[in-house]
Amino acid sequence: MVMPNARSTQGAMESATARGTRRLSCSSDDPKVRIDGLSYWYDGRQSLNGVTLDIPDRAVTVLFGPAGGGKTTLMRLVNRLNDMVDGTKMTGRILLDSEDIYAPGVDVTRLRRRVGMVFALPLPLPGTVRENVIYGPRLAGERRQARLSEITERSLTQAALWSEVKDRLDQPALSLSGGQQQRLCIARSLSLEPEVLLLDEPTSGLDPISTAKVEESLFELKLHYAVVIVPHSVQQAARVADIAAFFLGGELVECGDGPQVFTAPRNRKTEDYVTGRFG
Amino acid sequence: MNRALAQRLGFALLGLIAMVVVIPILLVIGVIVVRGIGAINWQFLSTMPYGGMKQGGILPAIIGTLLLTLGTAIVAVPIGVGGAVYLSEYARDTRLTRAIRLAIVNLAGIPSIVYGLFGLGMFVLFFRFGTSILAGSLTLAIMTLPVIISTSEEALRAVPQEFRTVSASLGGTRWQGIRTIVLPQALPGIITGVILGLLRAAGETAPILFTVAAFYLPRLPRSPLDQTMALPYHLYVISTQVPGMPLSVQYGTALVLLGLVLSLNIVASLIRRYFRSKRQW
Repeated sequence: MVMPNARSTQGAMESATARGTRRLSCSSDDPKVRIDGLSYWYDGRQSLNGVTLDIPDRAVTVLFGPAGGGKTTLMRLVNRLNDMVDGTKMTGRILLDSEDIYAPGVDVTRLRRRVGMVFALPLPLPGTVRENVIYGPRLAGERRQARLSEITERSLTQAALWSEVKDRLDQPALSLSGGQQQRLCIARSLSLEPEVLLLDEPTSGLDPISTAKVEESLFELKLHYAVVIVPHSVQQAARVADIAAFFLGGELVECGDGPQVFTAPRNRKTEDYVTGRFG
Repeated sequence: MNRALAQRLGFALLGLIAMVVVIPILLVIGVIVVRGIGAINWQFLSTMPYGGMKQGGILPAIIGTLLLTLGTAIVAVPIGVGGAVYLSEYARDTRLTRAIRLAIVNLAGIPSIVYGLFGLGMFVLFFRFGTSILAGSLTLAIMTLPVIISTSEEALRAVPQEFRTVSASLGGTRWQGIRTIVLPQALPGIITGVILGLLRAAGETAPILFTVAAFYLPRLPRSPLDQTMALPYHLYVISTQVPGMPLSVQYGTALVLLGLVLSLNIVASLIRRYFRSKRQW
């Protein structure tokens, strides 16, 4: 098989695919997050089936596929947000820096500070722009005003929002436009300096210009963080992916280098989806 | 008959039905104001009764009702709101929580005289509080709890789930999310429930009958273990137990009770409007 991309940085992953592992999975020597044989049931219905996937640091990993494929579920397992849901069952492991995040004694609130999440809809909390950004650090016990100001500016800058709101920090967060609100939510996650940033269709409610701004900020963010994103279209997936993982019906169908998956998918189902034959 | 006419007829009929709801309250207020306003003056509000309660004022009954309402609030608000937070935010759907909910619903359905008897047995006799403001407040508090709990729980549930999720995703503990987001957002609804419950307590006669109310006690209470007069009971007494009581005094007392309750209601609306204006969803 011809690998069409020459600018790949994921050597380890390529060798894995070259070996032709039975379950098509990305693997790397030093993943930020390792998802290991993960299955998940909710209300007796299986939503993830034996997913094995490595998420590298300082890159954008795209989880894509038709609705109901388990992408969002997988994300919510990585920061243990699904702990809040009753009636679930999980097998397999999720490792963050080689440590099992579901091991007994893990501090869940600390884990969530390390693994930030941005949701499909902009969900500003009640309060001002500034209060939104420093919500997390405050809960974590940060009281120093100078430090909080510093965090506000840094986070908003990283989310490509600072220049637009620097004079409106004390206005209600809801007075911002939808696109600004979503970047505010990204900034809010960044305020905790997470190591992993999960973005669940962060641009689904946004106009094309706001979408472009959010996507631009991704290129900045991946210099510092492991970024995982569920895109809202195949086009977006192709634009931002360093690594792409295709999910269908709770299974990881194909995973590989972004350009390869979108231009020369190995699996027939991936190809059908990417070329728009279904989905 | 064409559709426009049918629509107009429908609206007229529904409007009429809505008016029927308004008429009784206007009549009640109207009659009491017209007949009672003559008895109201500063002396009536600020002095002790004398001459078999036919003369003087109703100060001890006013103060008594205010103290009882305050006592009820001190006991019922923390327990009620705390219970609502537990049920809405922490409790899973288990046999225990279902039993708790069932108890609350049933508590709301108990006739007030039964609370009075319970208060007599529990607080007056068993705990030896005697007939006292303490016993009366506790009895009224228990009666008020279901209202406070169910309205507060509803207000808490009305706060979008997403706020809790966002708070958790930013490393907040469950309690941090409740304290910083959920409770402030639910506050207007909680205040409504608290006031509704307290207003009912302020106007009740039966629960205080055996637990606190004094027939005739022309002095102000000095401790929570004192008896006191109270407006609803006083009204009952002068309307049924004292022959030859001037009608204007009866209606005057009713007017004061009504005024007290309505003004508390207005204060509550103002508080609620203030907090609601600060809410952003």
